[in-house]
Amino acid sequence: MKLLLVAPILIPLLTAGVTVAFWRAARFRAWCGVVGAAALLAAGGLLLAATAGGQVRTVQIGNWPAPFGITLAVDLFSALMVLITGIIGLMVAVYSLADVDIPRQRYGYFPLFHILLAGVCGAFITGDIFNLYVWFEVMLMASFLLLALGSERAQLEGAFKYVTINLISSMVFLTGVGILYGTAHTLNLADLALRVPEMMDRHGHLVRACAMLFGVCFGLKAAVFPLFFWLPASYATPPAAVSAVFAGLLTKVGVYALIRVFTLVFGSITGIYALILVVAGLTMLVGVLGAVAQFEMRRILSFHIISQIGYMIMGLGLLVSSDPGVRTLGLTAGIFYIIHHIIVKTNLFLVSGTVRQLGGTYDLRSLGGLVRAPLLSALFLIPALSLAGIPPLSGFWAKLGLIEAGFLGGQNTIVIVALLTSLLTLVSMMKIWNEVFWKPAPQDASEPAEPMAPGQWAARFIPIALLAGLTVLIGLFPAPLLTLAGRAADRLLNPAAYISAVNLHEAADAGLSTTQISEDKP
Amino acid sequence: MLLMAIVLGGLFAGGLYLMLARSITRVLLGLVLIGHATNLLIFTAGGLVRGRPPLVPAGQTEPAAGYADPLPQALILTAIVISFALTAFTAVLVRGTYQAAGTEDSDDLRSTDT
Repeated sequence: MKLLLVAPILIPLLTAGVTVAFWRAARFRAWCGVVGAAALLAAGGLLLAATAGGQVRTVQIGNWPAPFGITLAVDLFSALMVLITGIIGLMVAVYSLADVDIPRQRYGYFPLFHILLAGVCGAFITGDIFNLYVWFEVMLMASFLLLALGSERAQLEGAFKYVTINLISSMVFLTGVGILYGTAHTLNLADLALRVPEMMDRHGHLVRACAMLFGVCFGLKAAVFPLFFWLPASYATPPAAVSAVFAGLLTKVGVYALIRVFTLVFGSITGIYALILVVAGLTMLVGVLGAVAQFEMRRILSFHIISQIGYMIMGLGLLVSSDPGVRTLGLTAGIFYIIHHIIVKTNLFLVSGTVRQLGGTYDLRSLGGLVRAPLLSALFLIPALSLAGIPPLSGFWAKLGLIEAGFLGGQNTIVIVALLTSLLTLVSMMKIWNEVFWKPAPQDASEPAEPMAPGQWAARFIPIALLAGLTVLIGLFPAPLLTLAGRAADRLLNPAAYISAVNLHEAADAGLSTTQISEDKP
Repeated sequence: MLLMAIVLGGLFAGGLYLMLARSITRVLLGLVLIGHATNLLIFTAGGLVRGRPPLVPAGQTEPAAGYADPLPQALILTAIVISFALTAFTAVLVRGTYQAAGTEDSDDLRSTDT
């Protein structure tokens, strides 16, 4: 069991190590990357099986009793996120075989890719706020390099903006950690969950300041309004496989951290969820309006990431309601939305890479007539319609849950904003459909690319088809995932199991206490 | 404590001022300053204790009361290592951007904006 809990970190790191060791054998490295991602997927599945009943599994690194050591704590929400990371990791690894050119592979694409996965998984399973910072940094470092790999001018410009903004957000995070440790004298999330509500009387202003620092930092990573400007500028520059994994996973780590910290630690601050709800509405609306003005396929999709983040945050913001039914329903829908969105958005970016391969560009104005590739057209329509929330695809159930929770909770404004955004999303997806697939190819379009080699074709279409299949499957049979998401939301809202699983008493039994330090402070 | 607060404020302000500059080299230096400021902030927020190392005297199980908390220093050490690597990478990135774009004026680096 202990080994299983660290597996989501160990497997990608080991894979990265092996791929670095065989630096010269490009083909071997590529396949090694695929196998490693498959192993990660298997570990995610086992983790989900181990937590599906709502159990919380923990391991104390180095056997230091909590809260002194680093705790890894996996509840159902974490396990779901690790599993989806495994799925995306495997699909993108396969797609990379065709999409990432040989020089990039030679300069370490696969090791970096797996270090990125390790960082993402580490952030999902850690139960310690400083450790969360460390995993964020691991993830960021790998993402910086992936973004800049290839050193094209646009990539470097995009990377510089991305690096700067993320370094600032790391500093903000670290500042928050410092102040939080200064007041609460602990960094363990479960311990913080117990102490922060007690501190509200005496150190309320400091706790609120910390909450805002974390909110800004995670908000920057998640690209919520008004902290989203870096995203379209950088995500549209690297190869499609890289932007697909960024679009699928990186912002969602920010969302995960927001949900985790604002349910477990800072839930007792008055007005925090109302603020999140307002931010969610603005994020949705601004994101989708930004997309309308764009004519570059990946930029449109990037702006849609922003607007979709709004929906996920809306699930968190609906905790503003005092009705437990609405709270659970809202958060359930939010979690469901994250899973659905990761699959769909990654898939859309993978499709955009294939469009570029066939049409030679990402610019809608010089694309056209791709309906001559009927399979690709169909595989674009599935995630695109799912993104807009057309039944019976997965996005429909996600939005239905959010809107139902919004109405039940009496938050009519946000529901109207959500519906309007949904409509505009559909408009925007239809714009891509019309421009790229339906309209005749423009006269001056470049010559159609020569047909792909069968291996290339398979490496591109199998991941896209599998992800589209998953979207349809979730859409037709949403019940299992809804049950899991519901249980995960229930556990997030009733963190007693999480806190007791971390086993803070072990330290107290051993005669150790963190309060000794805090009480002796000048 | 007050002195530290003033120093921290100065470092944050200086870092922020540099980051607002158009030259991307200055942005890099601003990042470095803010990184230092953050590390010092953790140090200060963890409590300043002078001359009381957290050492357990011979024959006892706990150090004498009022000892310095070693954890913030461990955090800072980690943060320093990470920020060192990030600064090195950013420096290379700044150089790469300068070589690829032929300018280090951030006003000219707008090709990926809308």
